[in-house]
Amino acid sequence: MGKVVLVTGAARHLGGRFVRRIQRDPEVERVVAVDAVDPAHQLGAAEFVRADIRRPEIAKVLAEHDVDTVVHLDVTGTALGGGGRTSVKETNVIGTMQLLGACQKSPRISRLVIKSSTSVYGSAPRDPAVFTETTPAKSLPSGGFAKDAVEVEGYVRGFARRRPDVAVCVLRFANILGPRIDSPLAEYLALPVLPTVLGYDPRLQFVHEDDVIDVLRLAAHEPRRATQNSGTFNVAGDGVLLLSQCARRLGRPTVPVLLPAVTWVGTALRTVGITDFAPEQIRLLTHGRVVSTVQTREVLGFSPRYSTAETFADFARGRGPGLLPPEMLAGAVDRLAGRLTPAAAAPEAAAPEAAAPDAADSPVAPVHRVHPVHDGV
Amino acid sequence: MADAKVIPFDDDRSRARRRPGRADGEAAAVRALPGPQHGPEEPEGRREARDGLPGSGGGREAGAGAGAGAEPEAPVVVDAGPGGAAEEGAGGGGWERRLAGGLAFLRRRITGDYEVDEFGYDEELTDQVLMSLLRPLYEKYFRVEVKGVENIPADGGALIVANHSGTVPLDGLMMQVAVHDHHPAGRHLRLLAADLVFVLPIVNELARKAGHTLACAEDAERLLRAGEIVGVMPEGFKGIGKPFGERYKLQRFGRGGFVSTALRAGVPIVPCSIVGAEEIYPMIGNARTLARVLGFPYFPLTPTFPWLGPLGALPLPTKWTIQFGEPIPTDSYAPEAAEDPMLMFNLTDQVREQIQHTLYKLLVQRRSVFF
Repeated sequence: MGKVVLVTGAARHLGGRFVRRIQRDPEVERVVAVDAVDPAHQLGAAEFVRADIRRPEIAKVLAEHDVDTVVHLDVTGTALGGGGRTSVKETNVIGTMQLLGACQKSPRISRLVIKSSTSVYGSAPRDPAVFTETTPAKSLPSGGFAKDAVEVEGYVRGFARRRPDVAVCVLRFANILGPRIDSPLAEYLALPVLPTVLGYDPRLQFVHEDDVIDVLRLAAHEPRRATQNSGTFNVAGDGVLLLSQCARRLGRPTVPVLLPAVTWVGTALRTVGITDFAPEQIRLLTHGRVVSTVQTREVLGFSPRYSTAETFADFARGRGPGLLPPEMLAGAVDRLAGRLTPAAAAPEAAAPEAAAPDAADSPVAPVHRVHPVHDGV
Repeated sequence: MADAKVIPFDDDRSRARRRPGRADGEAAAVRALPGPQHGPEEPEGRREARDGLPGSGGGREAGAGAGAGAEPEAPVVVDAGPGGAAEEGAGGGGWERRLAGGLAFLRRRITGDYEVDEFGYDEELTDQVLMSLLRPLYEKYFRVEVKGVENIPADGGALIVANHSGTVPLDGLMMQVAVHDHHPAGRHLRLLAADLVFVLPIVNELARKAGHTLACAEDAERLLRAGEIVGVMPEGFKGIGKPFGERYKLQRFGRGGFVSTALRAGVPIVPCSIVGAEEIYPMIGNARTLARVLGFPYFPLTPTFPWLGPLGALPLPTKWTIQFGEPIPTDSYAPEAAEDPMLMFNLTDQVREQIQHTLYKLLVQRRSVFF
């Protein structure tokens, strides 16, 4: 007998993609998609149930459809189609409580997957450089989505204690980026000029939405041989990008602003409605955050296909060129090189990629990685 | 200035004599480097731009270069790129080659096409720019003499434990240049820095890019397990902010956490003694109230600072010696030994004693503070 998977937050882009993907898996018999609003996208053969997870009706949905696997994706930072921070917080926290309550009542439930975020670690200057799943947060997030995620994880831990027979998997995702993702960070990176915090260059990690779908599927099914898919796992692409690097790869100029002024600018932008520049977002863009993915690799058995840099390149392709496209700057340097060094110009102009390693005397970082020259937006 | 030469030895001289065999052995291992002996007046101009790096003043200039904007970096890079190239490819080609190298570097920087590790260490920027900025200070101003650099293993992790002094943590930076420039295997030193460094704007950004990270057991162990050379100054603020009268007297070595970290990672401990850094800013007073207001652990008063304004913030051009001692192996201990407090205290004392003895020995050999 196949599995019945219930997916919350199906009206969102990520939820919709996951619903469409998981119904193609052979071991899945039926998929029940749940959200409080009708989705704008197709859900394939999945059965859509319009239900608000903040209400006890969700228990009825679980019982009616004989659900045995719950994938809870409705823990998000932004509201879908209006609704302020209060309703988002309610959906995150009260919704999770109701859903967990319903799961606890249901005897059929055998597996629960929760989408969380690495923002539960907070971000502070006194934190270690790399967070593992067991690192305690030095400064717990004081509000916003990060605090919701901390509270959600607390309730999930309680549930796991009360129902030891249910396999619970908490996936802490780094910032999810992709060509179609709408997140506060993606909105921030879409600004024509990026305000940054003066004197800080945060380290950022991204995870590609394709990898998110893959790891969610891995967690929703039976564990593969020699792996274990219950527990808490950090999911992030390999490598690290600095915010300044991101800005240069996007070709967007940055405006360093003093930290107190950033808070003020953030409030102003939020009021105007250009971006949701939440305080936790400012902390992330000040101190950065890097997580270790060793557990995900070794215990869960998942290696992301996209590194942080590749995820970002894919994201950058989906956006228009910035005010200072990297290819234009690179061209300008090449022209300058041609004018200053006529002798060296010939190989450089012919193959700038190949010329770099022998021109520079240090072991050069892979040049091929993100050269928007051949990306051709 | 005459009194600066006189170091109160008292009991220490006898202690240093008591172990002649060891002193000889170390002296044999000493490799004097043909350090450039230029007068201190030469690099006056460049020093201005750089000596404030770990503080607040001059760091701004470098910060703008390494910082967020794409354009502000250009002048720094064009200035420093060929400098960095000159170090390594001196024999290879002419100025055209160097210019091409500098332009290739510039091209990578402005398009963001370089890599940093998970600690934010930007190897390319460190090699080409930051080290080139520190090198004049290292070679011309403090005329650092490095001894025993071969005691640092050529591969695998090692924990370098050094004394800390000088009011401003220039000694750590000089140690980094010493390892970078003189180690035959071209190793990079990853320093563990106080949390204050990562709170201050600009300073934290530069520190991360230069490969420094927060002094905590997690970060240290992660670096050591990755086979990096990690530098730590366990005296911390007690060492760097001690009054001038207590110079070259090692303070308490924290709680000895560095030993258990080295033990858990199974890497050798390399003691390192730095002579000369104590006299760069002779701290004769400490404005405690001001320090508390600013949130610093101390606010130094030296004979020149803050009375002479920014001019008083110039370090005195002392002559430095950095001696890396014999490594202390830790791989013979069982993993649970890291939990044994008695062993930790003993090893901590052993490292501390070795650094202290080498300090006294180097002080006896030193002809003068400035030459």
